[in-house]
Amino acid sequence: MSFRAAVITFPGSNCDRDMAVAIEKVSGTAPIRVWHGDAHLPEDLDFIALPGGFSYGDYLRSGAMAANSPIMRSVKRRAERGVPVLGVCNGFQVLTEAGLLPGALMRNAGQTFICRTVALTVENSQTLFTGGYDNGQTIRIPVAHHDGNYFADEDTLDRLEGEGRVAFRYAENCNGSRRDIAGVLNAAGNVLGMMPHPERAVDAAHGGTDGLALFENAVKALAEA
Amino acid sequence: MKIRVHVSLKPGVLDPQGRAVHHALEGLGFAGVDDVRVGRMIELDVANDTSDDALTEMCEKLLANTVIENYRIEKVG
Repeated sequence: MSFRAAVITFPGSNCDRDMAVAIEKVSGTAPIRVWHGDAHLPEDLDFIALPGGFSYGDYLRSGAMAANSPIMRSVKRRAERGVPVLGVCNGFQVLTEAGLLPGALMRNAGQTFICRTVALTVENSQTLFTGGYDNGQTIRIPVAHHDGNYFADEDTLDRLEGEGRVAFRYAENCNGSRRDIAGVLNAAGNVLGMMPHPERAVDAAHGGTDGLALFENAVKALAEA
Repeated sequence: MKIRVHVSLKPGVLDPQGRAVHHALEGLGFAGVDDVRVGRMIELDVANDTSDDALTEMCEKLLANTVIENYRIEKVG
């Protein structure tokens, strides 16, 4: 059975190819590339990925324009039906702006663009995306963002922590994110947004392969489902 | 009808940009600046019969992110 994944490309996405390469590397099947202006996603998708980049030049707010792209109506419907959705970096910003994940990504507290590999702690390994890691495991994944400062009000943060919806934390807070949060899940657990780029850590030539387990586990879990 | 939508960060939300501008003002020698918050002003030219509800919806759905921002609608005339 082949793994049917879609990678959405918005005008200004720049990690869409990396995402497609990472998914193909673990699944053996090239993802379907979908343009933001398309009205509908292909049928029977196993996985949807929203890549990093600077959709619409970050006009208005990072992710705000892309969140209102025609294709996002279809992404929302699939997410509500339980199809796994992964948003990385700008993809995370798009998911918060689209209301699929709580909170918002603000300008980094240090005001600078951060581009380096950081240590993350796996907070919840009982999810489709994180089952290949152990709770409390430290993994090293690159970040590259200007607007990665995760914000949500205290009640929302308490709820996220209480429900095990914090997937990853920064071992060392690099951008001012509330409670060191690097990645969050929706209530159903099928939508993950994260600022670090797992697709940039899937080959020894990348300098690390800690991102591989995320894609491998998603493919494995969905094949067994 | 000319409309101005003023978007500002909610109180309590850290504004690193405002803080940097604050430091720059102090660097220029301006004393007595207690705080700086940077917002955004959006000008719209809309049909005269545009309802208040429609303007509010524009702000809620796109112009402001109400997780972190407040907005104020000003009718300029």
